[in-house]
Parts: sequence; C-alpha cells; structure tokens
Amino acid sequence: MSSQVEPIDNEEDETWFASAAKIYPMEVKGRFRKIKWIILFITLGIYYFTPFIRWDRGPLLPDQAVLVDFERKRGYFFFLEIWPQEVYYLAGLLIIAAVGLFLMNAIAGRLWCGYLCPQTVWTDLFFRIEHMVEGDRRKRMALDKQPWNAQKILKKGTKHFLWLMIAWWTGGAWVLYFSDAPTLVYDLATGQAAFSAYLWIGILTFTTYSLAGHMREQVCVYMCPWPRIQAALTDEHALNVTYRYDRGEPRGRLKENKKRIAEGLPAGDCIDCNQCVHACPTGVDIRKGSQLDCIQCGLCIDACDAIMNKVGKPTGLIAYDTDVNIERRERGEKEVYRLIRPRTVIYTAVIAAIAGVMLYAQLNRSMTDLSVVHDRNPLYVLQSDGAYRNGYALRLLNKHNNEQNFTLSVEDMPEGSVLEVVGVHRTASDVVKDTAITLSVDADTTRSVRALVFSPPGVEMPGSKPMSFKLVNTETGETTIISDFFRAPGK
Amino acid sequence: MAEHKKEIDQVTGIETTGHEWDGLKELNNPLPKWWLYIFYGSIIWSIAYWILMPSWPLVNGYTKGLLNYSQRAVATEEFDVAAAERAKVGEKLMEASLEEIRDTPALLEFAMAQGKVAFGDNCAPCHGTGATGFEGYPNLQDDSWIWGGDLDTLATTISYGVRAEHDETRFAEMPAFGRDELLEKDEIIQVSNYVGSVAGLPVQDGVDLEAGKVIFEENCASCHMENAKGDMETGSPNLTAPTYLYGKSVENIIAQVNAPRHGVMPAWIDRLGETTVKSLAVYVHSLGGGQ
Repeated sequence: MSSQVEPIDNEEDETWFASAAKIYPMEVKGRFRKIKWIILFITLGIYYFTPFIRWDRGPLLPDQAVLVDFERKRGYFFFLEIWPQEVYYLAGLLIIAAVGLFLMNAIAGRLWCGYLCPQTVWTDLFFRIEHMVEGDRRKRMALDKQPWNAQKILKKGTKHFLWLMIAWWTGGAWVLYFSDAPTLVYDLATGQAAFSAYLWIGILTFTTYSLAGHMREQVCVYMCPWPRIQAALTDEHALNVTYRYDRGEPRGRLKENKKRIAEGLPAGDCIDCNQCVHACPTGVDIRKGSQLDCIQCGLCIDACDAIMNKVGKPTGLIAYDTDVNIERRERGEKEVYRLIRPRTVIYTAVIAAIAGVMLYAQLNRSMTDLSVVHDRNPLYVLQSDGAYRNGYALRLLNKHNNEQNFTLSVEDMPEGSVLEVVGVHRTASDVVKDTAITLSVDADTTRSVRALVFSPPGVEMPGSKPMSFKLVNTETGETTIISDFFRAPGK
Repeated sequence: MAEHKKEIDQVTGIETTGHEWDGLKELNNPLPKWWLYIFYGSIIWSIAYWILMPSWPLVNGYTKGLLNYSQRAVATEEFDVAAAERAKVGEKLMEASLEEIRDTPALLEFAMAQGKVAFGDNCAPCHGTGATGFEGYPNLQDDSWIWGGDLDTLATTISYGVRAEHDETRFAEMPAFGRDELLEKDEIIQVSNYVGSVAGLPVQDGVDLEAGKVIFEENCASCHMENAKGDMETGSPNLTAPTYLYGKSVENIIAQVNAPRHGVMPAWIDRLGETTVKSLAVYVHSLGGGQ
C-alpha cells in the first residue's frame, strides 16, 4: 500500500543527481544509414551554401536569393519579396510546419526526430568525425578508459578542433542569411563586420559544439518538448521502429536457442547479440518497446538486419511496424497497414488548405497597397460653408522597383464632394476642385499622406456613410479599393 | 528521520518517491548532473550580476554595481542620438519656407510627425488632443480663424502668442462697453440682439434691432466691419461665423459686450525653437482648416 510509504528524505545512499552515461554508438551500414547520409548531405548543403546563391532583382535591390534584410525591413526568397505587412506568410509557413510534423507522426512516428531534426543531423556529423578520429565503439571506449598520453591528447584535441570548426562554420553560415554573403565573408575575414555578426557566430558556435558534441541525446530526452507531444498524438496505426517480439521471443544466444529447438521448446529469432543497443545513438534497448528516448532513426534495423543475414534468418526482426500488426500476427490474422486514416486525411487537408490560401495570396499579391485610418478625434468638422469635413491618414505602398504614379479618388460620396490631399500642389486650373488627385510614390517604399474629404455644402449626410478610396496606377491600371466611412452628426 | 519503506516500481525497477496521484506513482529518477551544474552556474551568474549591475535596493538609493550601468543613462544617450538625427532634417526645415515644407513629401512627413508630437505636448491642454478646442480656446480644426489660418500667420501666432508677454505678441482688446459705461444697458441689449440677428440667432422679444444697427455702426464696425465679418488683420472675430469662441447665443454676446473676456496664448518661439514652430504651423494647417 502506497499510503504506508513515507516521502523520502535525505539518506546517504540516495542519489539525487546522476551523470549521464556516455553512449558509444557503433557505426552500422545499411538502408537507413544510407538514407540518413543522403538527407544529411542535402540538408547541410542547403544550410551552408544557400546564402551564396545569387538572384537578379534589378539594380536597386539585393541580388541574394535568400535574404532577411532587417535594415530595409524586407525578406527575400528567390522570386518572393515579403514586406513586414505580409508577415502572415511566415505564420502560414509555421502552421504548415507544425501540421506537417503531426502528419509525419501519423504516418511513421518520429520521422522528424530520426532523420530531419537539426539536432540529429549535426549529431550524426559529429559522430562521424568522432569515428574518423578515435575509431569505432570499442576503440573509443578503450581510449576514454586509458590514462592521458600524447596519443590520447592528439586524438581528443583533433576531434574537438574539428568539432569547433564545424560549429564555427555553422554559426558563420547563419549570419550570412542576414546580409550580403560575399561582402560579409570578406568583412568577417578582415575584421570589419558588425559586432552583432561576430556575437551570433559565437553563440551558434557554442550551441552547435555543446549540443551536437556534448549534449547529444540529452537534448532529445530532457530539453525537447516534441517527444512528449508526439507520444500524446500518436495512434496504433502509426508506423514505429518496432521490435517484433512475436517473432523474436523467447530470445537466447544462438547456441542456446538451437538447443531449445532441438528439445522441442519454443525459441525466437532474437539471438540477444545486443547489436541494436550498441548501434543506438540514444542508448536505448528497442526490445523494451517504443519509448521516449528512442528517436526512431532506424539504425537498430540496419544493425539487426546485418546479423539476421549472417545467421541466415529473414531480416526485419526490428522494422517499421505497428502494435496492431503484432497483435494480429499473434492471433494469426493478416497484417493491416492503414495509411489513409481520418487523421492523415485531416492533416493533409489542413496543409493543402493553408498552402492553397498562401499560393492564392501570392499569385494575387498586389504590387500596390493602401491603408486608410479615419481620424478618431474629431470624427467630423463643420465648415463655415455648411459642408462636413472628414480627415483620413492614408499610407500608399509601392512594391515596384521604380517610382509609380497613382490617381486617388473617393467613391460612393454624393455629387459635389471634394477630396483634398495635404501638400499636393494644385495648379490654378485645379481651383475648380476635382475629385481625383495624382500622387507619386518612390520605388519600393511607402508614402503617408493626409486626405480630407468634404461633403457638399447643404447636403444632409447620414451619421455614418460607407464610402471608399480608390487608388489606380496610372500606368498599369492596377486598382486598389479600400472601404471606410464618412461621418457626420446625423443619425 | 522517519523510517520509510522503499517501494520499487515493478515495471521499471526504479524506486518511487512515494508520491501518488490517482494511482500513478512518481519514479525517483535522478536528475542529470549537467542540470545541477546549470543551477550552480546560475548562482554564480547572479552573484556576478550583483557585483557588476545595479541590483540591491538600499534605504537611500541602491547599489550601483561596478559597471555603473543605468537604463536611464542609456535612454538619455539614445534620446540624444535621435535628437541629433532629427536635427539633420530640422536644418532642412529651417532653410525651407513653410510652403516648401508642405509641398515636399519628405519634409511634410517629418513636419507632420514632429508637429503632432509637439501639439500633444504643448497645445493639447488648451486646444484639446483633437485640436477641436473648448469654450474660450479656439477650435483649430474648423475654417474660422481670428488672426488668420494661412501657414505664415499660423507660424506667427504660435511664435509670439496672443496677448502674451512677448514684444511681438498679437494684441487686440475689445472695450468693456458695459463695465466702463460706454453704452447704456438698453443699448447693449439692442446691439447684442442686432449681432445675434446677423449671426442667425433668434432675437429677444421687443428689441429695437434698427437702434441696435445704429449702435453697431457707431461702436463696433470700426473693428468688426460693417458686414460684421470681422478683420483678421486686427484680430477682430467674424461675428457671422458658425461658432463663437465664448459661445454663440444672445446671452453670451451681451456678456461679452458688457465686459469682454480676453484669453491669452503664450509665445512659443523661445521655448520650442523655430523648427518645432514651423512643424506645428504645418501640422495645424494640415488638420484641414488651413487657408
């Protein structure tokens, strides 16, 4: 009975804190290892070299394909240019990324963790360096145990130097996304770059070196929230890296199991060689079932398949499988794989819907925009001739790379209404007040103007009359209409 | 220390803490060591912080820290940098005429922004945040002006004020026709009703408007003009305007003729400087009532 158990208190033999046991993963060869290498080369290649891709946007704009320009408040992605007003694209991308993660989970568990997560990719690269310098699992374990000597110092020193170089390059590539890459590389090398650039390189060098070199699986087990969320989101039809205990148990050494078979006792295919445990980068035993520490990278599948081939048994003792299928096989039923389930359909639909909306918005993205804010105090002013005047703050956006001319007018106002824009020069012929006004906006910028709208003198106006501002590009004819209201004291 | 029995969780083989919630028992897994080291690191950081940064409140003030850091000093510094940045555009404002400022988009945008802030800080207490004024404080939104509403006139009014303590201030005072016994009580009622009739107000019963007109022509027209539309040169209000500074009713006109109130607007030029006054003039003009 738990009620008899007292909360524990300070006892000498209790350990409150424990050092993480160092994990020495064995290198494996196989299908999943190959997939992981290909993904590693592609993702790191994208990360390290994208800033150097050029993209011609004309003389006024930067020619870097992917650039976040904080100074001029623009984001560039190949043919896309994003203004701060369009930050909802970023929100859309983040929603797609989140639902994409859920979809991956519904299909095959922790695909993200095992193959795509930067923590996994960089840790894999760092393991590879460690393997090259210090040798495989047994050699590394022996090296750590042996006393310090010149050879150990050389090996450890080389490893940490290479790690730091990769970490430094990681930080260096990061800052290139925020400034013209070739110029920044030159400035960094000659010590002329901004302090913030060096600071960010320093920060990312530190995080890469410590997270990929030293923290490794501790990041996944203790720091990352995704394993907890993933465990709550998953279902029985999601493919997971699974030890098929229906086939493997009872496990036993090869000889023991042969003896058991000879005696007519049941014997599984698992020969308890522990290669799956030795290959695991997070140090788990997959035979205990799916667990929080397992990032489902598939390396234990490669390790086990190699052994199964050697002992002449079919591969796939550890494989992507579902709990449902294990139970079905035990009952002698046929395996089922249900890729199309409500949750995969819904996740796909959500991604498609958001992507569709973003694509539509992008294809119909106006090169011109107008924002209108009605004066709040006062809402209207009575003129001495009996007209009512309303004031509006307008902001015109010109996303073209050259100066554009626009005609501004008001719509849905009674005959004889007048539009004025403060500071727009009028010639003598304009004295007969016209309702359209020509405005120019410089290339790739905005212009704020104050507009005044006068109702015709003596015409009774409702308390709030819907009206709109119409902005027409005089060259292209592109039209933007923004609705607002004209206020007067009436009901 | 109370004796306690160790309880081992059967599934994991790990000791429990004895805490139980709805049948779920908490395992007593040890925390990783690095977690502990981060905690120690935070303690060291906080001690370093106490020494370097302002941190401990004292009876009279606080510990300043070795770095002598002060957010106030940083803010002041940033304020000075911004002021120097503004001064660059400010120089252009000094050189440009008010019309040039209004017609140059970059200068106009700057003047409007500066004028808006200066208005909120200095003018809004009397003229209101929306510049619509109050009784006795002119409405700057409408197109009725006492001294004139073009750019240069506005700049002059803002610079030197009205009836202010400045040598060049605008000055106009209406005689106190009642208090100083320049007109009889009946005459005041007659002339006030006449003015009300010109301004479109209902007049009081049994008042001789013709007599009022004669009194107006003899006493008032020299400043307010024959047609009662006033004269901005001398700061004489237009009596036919839709609104009156001290309220538009015959009673208010009688009170004003009897013993006029004379509001004061301070001179701002010495306090705000020419650049800000120019921005204010452009801003007030842009509200919509400018001429």
